[in-house]
Amino acid sequence: MVSRKALVPAAFVACLLPLAWLGGRYLRDDLGANPISELENRLGFYALSMLLLSLACTPAQLVFKWKWPLLLRKLFGDYAFFYACLHLSTYVGIDQFFDWREIGKDVVKRKFITVGMATWVLLLPLAVTSTQGWQKRLGFRKWKRLHRLTYVAGVTALVHFIWRFKTLNTQTSIYASILVLLLTVRIVFWLRRRKEPNRK
Amino acid sequence: MKITPKDLYLQRRRFLQLGAAGAVGLLARGAAAAKGAVHGEKLAGVKPMSKFDTTEKKTPFEDITSYNNFYEFGTDKEDPAANAHKLVTKPWVISVEGEVKKPRKYDFDELVKMFPIEERVYRMRCVEAWSMVIPWDGFPLADLIRKLEPTSRAKYVAFETVVQPENMPGVKGFSGIGFPYLEGLRLDEAMNPLTLLATGLYGEALPKQDGAPLRLVTPWKYGFKGIKSIVKIKFQETQPATTWSQYGGGTEYGFYANVNPDVDHPRWSQGRERRIGEFLKRKTLPFNGYGDQVASMYAGMDLKKFF
Repeated sequence: MVSRKALVPAAFVACLLPLAWLGGRYLRDDLGANPISELENRLGFYALSMLLLSLACTPAQLVFKWKWPLLLRKLFGDYAFFYACLHLSTYVGIDQFFDWREIGKDVVKRKFITVGMATWVLLLPLAVTSTQGWQKRLGFRKWKRLHRLTYVAGVTALVHFIWRFKTLNTQTSIYASILVLLLTVRIVFWLRRRKEPNRK
Repeated sequence: MKITPKDLYLQRRRFLQLGAAGAVGLLARGAAAAKGAVHGEKLAGVKPMSKFDTTEKKTPFEDITSYNNFYEFGTDKEDPAANAHKLVTKPWVISVEGEVKKPRKYDFDELVKMFPIEERVYRMRCVEAWSMVIPWDGFPLADLIRKLEPTSRAKYVAFETVVQPENMPGVKGFSGIGFPYLEGLRLDEAMNPLTLLATGLYGEALPKQDGAPLRLVTPWKYGFKGIKSIVKIKFQETQPATTWSQYGGGTEYGFYANVNPDVDHPRWSQGRERRIGEFLKRKTLPFNGYGDQVASMYAGMDLKKFF
């Protein structure tokens, strides 16, 4: 078991492992026949996974009464943005090679790209305000309301992921189920709390 | 025709060089070399050089055999290479049915002996906006059709892929499409000199992930029209149902699926493509550059409607 003190640093390092693994495959020229596509897809997949992990922290606390997942929420959220930035950079700088006209057309015309770009835009203010300083500056209520955008980002990220494939397959179905489960837990607890008589 | 490893790795991954990692790329060669695909039996007496051959750089064997769409073996590009070895291809029977003089079943070995095998170096454009240059070996579908003598009612040819649930993890799993995989061509498309029934690539028997023992190749259409591991060829009067034209209520692709940079996929552009092994995307050509051979078949048709 990792002690509470070591938990966040350990998770910080662990979240870099997928990137290290991908970097290793790149250096070994082991990214397959279409390395650009592989790089882009893997980075996007890590971003989505981190986002789902950050969305899983509160439900885990609610259901199992654990406190430690809350220590990791910010870290996972920041990493979701980190991988989303790498994913977006790969798309812009490698896949499209800074062809801004094509990128513009993609963003406007292709709902698959539109929804992906929207996810990054949604994550941006969340990453910026993820610090305690910003929490104080905005006031906890406002901050909390703003950070509900994470749910929206979770949904748009998932839709982006699903639309990348030609069909709904095993992988996308599993990720969709996870998100539905996480959102359901929130809704159930929210409804329960509303029923409590002595709450405003 | 064998490509040398040196060729392969010089061409492969310009990506690495552009990534300013040329030196590391050199170190990487050894590791990547170990990952070759299983080579098939050498084909004898293949007639080289057809007038339809492209002189563009051929995609390495390793890439053609490790990056496939064959949903019966899984939906990831790497799944067919990992799983297709389970496919049983001996014996292999192809059933010829419908509007032909003598419908009957053919053993693959019997069928393949009926025609001389020739090499055709064709571009292959996937609907997912990537492309390859593949040296196929096979015989024109037209040669087979002439031998089968279709009746006057034969207007279309329908094809079906084998289903071996116990050997195909994708058939049992969740891939989103129905099985068997179905494809079809109009009779004139099937008779077009470009249309090939492939039995090999790079002068060797077709690897299973690429559709052994017999697959269709229609280079002016998106790759998914090239139905793999064929067990049924049926001649009929009506337009056959095809897997992708049925998917999602026909929202994904139509019956024709001719390569067309002006008709986009519902979710991505078909205007450009990435040739496997290249860094920058290239412009996609109408009919994948085979307009001279095929455009006349669609004269007067609105190809934005019949996509």
